[in-house]
Amino acid sequence: MKTGATTGAEALIRCLLAAGIDQAFGIPGGAALTLYDALYAHRDRMRFVLARHEQGATHMADGYARATGRPAAVFVTSGPGATNTVTGIMAAYMDSIPLLVVTGQATRAMLGKDAFQETDVFNLTMPIVKHSYLVKSADDVPRAVREAVYIATSGRPGPVLIDVPQDVAQEPCRAPLDAPVELPGYRPAVRAYPPEAVETVAGWLAEARRPVILAGHGAVLSGASAELRRLAEAARAPVAVTLLAKGVFPDSHPLCLGMPGMHGTAWANLALPECDLLLSLGARFDDRILGERGGFCTGARIVHVDVDPAEFGKMAAPHLRCAGDVRAFLSDLLPRLRGPCDDAEWLAEIDRNRRKHAPKTPIHGGIRPALVFGALNRLLAGRDATLATDVGQHQMWAAQTYRCERPDRFLTSGGGGAMGYGLPAAIGAQIARPGDTVVAAVGDGGFQMTQCELATVVNQRLPIKIVVFDNRELGMVRQWQDLLCGGRHSAVALDGSPDFAKLAAAYGIPAWRLKRPADVEKILRRALDTPGPALVDVETVRGETVYPMVPPGHPLADMQLRDPARRPPGRPRKARQEAKP
Amino acid sequence: MIPETAPAASVRTHNLSIYVANRPGALARIAQTFSRRGFNIESLVVSPGKTAELSRMTITVKGEEAGLEQVIQQCSKLVDVVACREHDDAEVVSRELALVKIRVEAPRRAEVLQIAEYFRAKTVDMAEQAMVLEITGMPDKIDAMIGMLRKFDIEELIRTGKVIVARGDRET
Repeated sequence: MKTGATTGAEALIRCLLAAGIDQAFGIPGGAALTLYDALYAHRDRMRFVLARHEQGATHMADGYARATGRPAAVFVTSGPGATNTVTGIMAAYMDSIPLLVVTGQATRAMLGKDAFQETDVFNLTMPIVKHSYLVKSADDVPRAVREAVYIATSGRPGPVLIDVPQDVAQEPCRAPLDAPVELPGYRPAVRAYPPEAVETVAGWLAEARRPVILAGHGAVLSGASAELRRLAEAARAPVAVTLLAKGVFPDSHPLCLGMPGMHGTAWANLALPECDLLLSLGARFDDRILGERGGFCTGARIVHVDVDPAEFGKMAAPHLRCAGDVRAFLSDLLPRLRGPCDDAEWLAEIDRNRRKHAPKTPIHGGIRPALVFGALNRLLAGRDATLATDVGQHQMWAAQTYRCERPDRFLTSGGGGAMGYGLPAAIGAQIARPGDTVVAAVGDGGFQMTQCELATVVNQRLPIKIVVFDNRELGMVRQWQDLLCGGRHSAVALDGSPDFAKLAAAYGIPAWRLKRPADVEKILRRALDTPGPALVDVETVRGETVYPMVPPGHPLADMQLRDPARRPPGRPRKARQEAKP
Repeated sequence: MIPETAPAASVRTHNLSIYVANRPGALARIAQTFSRRGFNIESLVVSPGKTAELSRMTITVKGEEAGLEQVIQQCSKLVDVVACREHDDAEVVSRELALVKIRVEAPRRAEVLQIAEYFRAKTVDMAEQAMVLEITGMPDKIDAMIGMLRKFDIEELIRTGKVIVARGDRET
């Protein structure tokens, strides 16, 4: 490769392009001036989207990566530019999303001198990145970028930060742009499980009478959707799907249990404590799924397949650990399957529970969020649709009610639970998939954390459909305050929020305010049929609660099917659940 | 509910040897990995490894037995870490060096020198009112000598922290 008179900034962008990264998001600033000058020079190859806030830019790159499987770059300046990315980096780290975050930095001589906008972002972000670099010489840029891309995208993916002092960006880079990667400590495990482990799993599956497959985000990230379906159908094993994996196994499939855990489906939460084999494929036994640590699937053999061996034994003690890529594991397992499980009674029991606990959405007394997702299911059927959610009650209703049939088409901040994620993630996804119908389902709380990105929607001419679940409160917090704080509502009313339809109109985005249940489908259809962006402000019932609910720290068996405060009149109220330490 | 913190009885000191790429931030990442999970670093020795690209860290940490495997896994997962292993005292040779400055004048000097001789410590500095002893050995032996020296006025005590190497042909 050429080694001509290239600056550090030039080298950085050329190395990103050479690694296939051609989409960037960000906001410029003083210490990023040279980086942005190089972005300008390469503007025909490195597509750039100007965000309105760095948190938004980072979530956009996250949404882009989830939709494409490829990372995007985020370019921000030092100091506040860098610190504003922290929430986005954290959200990506918690959900194993590859990102390249490039931060401008004060000049080398000014490091540690409290210079203007000088912040030690390298140390600040250390616990929330997969790896990071503070590049001290332009000659180190090619190696750092190549390593960063490799680390971000291989094994268990994650965000990598590259901090570039302004004078490093300016000085000539004499190193070859294909400088070798030197990572003696980094060996991602694709097939680190012994071959006998696959045989053991096949044997255990054949013996199981009450099997459950738990499909996690690792199944999505490894592209194992087809293999997973073959496994479930061949073994006749029901599949519980974690929030992040939604769509990796079709929600409409008769073997799909939906999401387990705190706000999981009743039939998934009733099945898990009873299962005799739990085959976890790329799930990390999050506390929201376990309920009680140590009380999870106590009667089952637990097989844990994960590309990250540090997950083994972290939250649950598996009987068999298989360190490797889910897709690789399944392609090894499928030829060794010994036919369907003898589990007819088990599947019948699950179906009985499914029928018994099918959610019923009242259509009187205002709009309930499940009604909106039901309408979206009908309206989006047959379309290539991507749903991005924000965080809170609407996110759980989406997980319970929205039907997703394909992986990578339900984008949500799971582990991080970063409010403000929905709209910018939808922007990233729409840029990645211009032909998709991209819907951002957001609560009125989360929406206001990144609503400034409406300008980015307009600026980029993105046909995103925004549905605001507007109950004028931080509903999930209010629900917890009802459950755990004796109904004392502390700082949850969102009085003072604007009329979101008028707000959208100020950006030139067509918008509707939806007030009556009877109009839900009509107005959503109108919004979906509108070319370009549209916003529907849905006046949803205030005080609505998400159920089923497993109180935090309790075993799944303690699931409450409905809000104890909403029992039919005349029946005694159950005592409120006490918070456990 | 299982208590998040197990009884203190399961807390003990562990020897860890970490082979790590000599890159900026490696030490900070490792220290964060331990502190986040409730492990308190008691001693830490960092020095160049076989080549300049790799460093050897010997860390003794105090923490719950139950969390040790997890913290080793998390440490091994760090991009810069080539290997992180725990070693029982029985399977390693361990050494530590200490420099002890004692405020002592002529009348009691002989008594100090007698203790030093017993523990095979060296006298590396001697002045009218103070002397410095250098001792190398297992940390227990150093503890024992310091115990004997307590009756004198120990002015300063500097210990390097423990280094270990696996016995036989095992890897450290």
